[in-house]
Amino acid sequence: MSAYKPLGGRILTAPFIFFAVIFLISLYFMAQRFIFGMGAASNLNGGFAWGIWVVYDVVIGTAFACGGYALAFTVYVFNKGQYHPLVRPAILASLLGYAMGGFGAFFDMGRWWQFYEIFLPWNWNFNSVMLEVGLCVSAYILVLALEFAPVYLEKIGAKGLLKTLNKLLFFFIALGMLLPTMHQSSLGSLLIVMGQKVHPLWQSWQFQPLLALLSALIMGFSIVIFEASFSTVGFRRASETSLLAGLGKIILGLLISFLLVRTVLLVVQGNLDQLFAGDRATLLYLIETVLFLIPVFILASPVNRNDGGKLLIAAVSMLLGGALYRFDAFLFTLNPGVGYSYFPSVPEIMVTLGVVSFEIMAYLVLVKTLPVLHREEHA
Amino acid sequence: MKRRDFLKAAAAGAALCSAGAAQARPNLQPPEHAVGMLFDSTLCIGCKACVAKCKEVNHMPPVIEGDKTTWDSARGLSGKTLNVIKVYKNGTAEVKDAKVNGFCFEKRSCMHCVDPGCVSVCPVTAMRRSPLTGIVTHHPEVCIGCRNCMVGCPYDVPQFEYNKTFGQIQKCQMCNQAGLERVDKGQLTGCAEVCPTGATLFGPRKALLAEAKRRMALKPGEIYNYPRGNVSKPYSHHEKAVPVYQSHIWGEKEAGGTNVMHISAVPFDKLGMPPLGERSPASIAEGVQHTLYNYMALPAIALAGLTYVVRRNTDDDNDGGEL
Repeated sequence: MSAYKPLGGRILTAPFIFFAVIFLISLYFMAQRFIFGMGAASNLNGGFAWGIWVVYDVVIGTAFACGGYALAFTVYVFNKGQYHPLVRPAILASLLGYAMGGFGAFFDMGRWWQFYEIFLPWNWNFNSVMLEVGLCVSAYILVLALEFAPVYLEKIGAKGLLKTLNKLLFFFIALGMLLPTMHQSSLGSLLIVMGQKVHPLWQSWQFQPLLALLSALIMGFSIVIFEASFSTVGFRRASETSLLAGLGKIILGLLISFLLVRTVLLVVQGNLDQLFAGDRATLLYLIETVLFLIPVFILASPVNRNDGGKLLIAAVSMLLGGALYRFDAFLFTLNPGVGYSYFPSVPEIMVTLGVVSFEIMAYLVLVKTLPVLHREEHA
Repeated sequence: MKRRDFLKAAAAGAALCSAGAAQARPNLQPPEHAVGMLFDSTLCIGCKACVAKCKEVNHMPPVIEGDKTTWDSARGLSGKTLNVIKVYKNGTAEVKDAKVNGFCFEKRSCMHCVDPGCVSVCPVTAMRRSPLTGIVTHHPEVCIGCRNCMVGCPYDVPQFEYNKTFGQIQKCQMCNQAGLERVDKGQLTGCAEVCPTGATLFGPRKALLAEAKRRMALKPGEIYNYPRGNVSKPYSHHEKAVPVYQSHIWGEKEAGGTNVMHISAVPFDKLGMPPLGERSPASIAEGVQHTLYNYMALPAIALAGLTYVVRRNTDDDNDGGEL
């Protein structure tokens, strides 16, 4: 008998209907974009060619979806089998998050009807960071689907197929760790060629991939804590705090590395003076740093690590910090030159909210109908 | 417990990454026979003949502002405008080419970078730099519209047609795109052909750079015989007193240099040019990419290591590889 079972219960709950309404509204604006062009639905312009559809849906959304990636390292590389109960929900959230990122990328493509051109090898430009991101994210969505497939096969009772897949799964798990390492670091590398448009406090040149990867791991572990805490409260399940406490130590190491690299680069790359400019960029940098320091102080104490509430505060702080780090670099402090400004339009915001709503609805339905969550007596 | 081995591998990977930082490639160099343009802001009278000719040659509609239908009112580059003349005004704006209380004109069009960011970032090779002329062309038939070229251009030159259902990227291709090929046919670019003062000069990059340096060396107030059309074989000249040039040829070195170069009497930051260094950001990005992904060696090693560790750890476990 499987150690997992569907949560059961009603599908059409009040939260579900709320998200469904937002999603339905967003369909109107999605249609607008496809019928009248991107300009009809967005405030994108010649200087700000990437708005929230790229920066939130893809760059930040996929970092939020790094739970499966972070947890796979813990369970399969550091061999911490006790975290196994968290893996399935994390893989599901990652699959949905990356699917949203993939949809966001497609939706934002100015020439979506020729999207397949990126999959044709004779078109490939191996100098392009975007090529790596595009192919690698696509491959990872397939890998996540395969990693999640056993859950579905278990449900429909396809025992033969399940057995074959389980025999090969070790390879896909390994691939599922390699691919996010590649494209999450590349999301940082996208900033390099943007050169002087990127504010000096965020333009770390060769170190962009390292900082992006560290922030992705931090956000990945945070989302595992966040989701586990949420299902404890939302679905009235037993607390998994004791499990989560151990993750705290790993996160602490990542946080300190991230802060250390950034601070050293600030000095080495000669941008310390930017910290005293006293402008909006300084403020945003300081807010980010505080958001990363709060969890350092919380997680440094073993008592706090075993306190579910404090863990949740740390997780939320890191998620906000990581999201802000990416928003700041790609949008908030981006300077494409005189005459250009950007604030997302209502349709842009509604489309993003609609896609997020769809993701949440799918998560709710799937944990209720498929064996995703661990049986409580084992947890 | 393979944790130590894993950490060793991770450290080796990190060491390779940092070594790669030092291996970044140098800036690309202009092709031997690169062509380009020289825009001398002090010669530009703001007649916008180049804007009109550009639209005619590239079959683009004028931008109309209100009821001013007499001329093209384009204020910036867009999907309908590949070349535009902008005005600099300061204070009373009385004196031509004066930084204070003066005015001058500045051309905006593709700079045709020697080491172009747009070409480097394009995943599907829809932006191409001619190995012969250095001209950067766009090929919409493979473009997916990711707009990384727009983001990767320091001058915000590539423009997407946001207001069309099926839009595309538009940019100046120095009148040498397939079907037009003015440069290949030995003609001038549209803008250089019609420029009445020779503010926009066409020609080989080397000759243009030499001409720009010659002008820098002139004494202000001297009479100089300014060429029109092609710097190598001008169709005519006109005499004019030499202004007080900034001793700065924009595009000689900026971000690896450009084939379209500008000279001016007003500092370039006042004319809206971005604060670029000499290193091309594309060279740094490609250095990082090629270090990490050279022959896919690092990913292959990492995948082999991860597969081994996962296999081992799932074998030990009663759970098997089951998720």
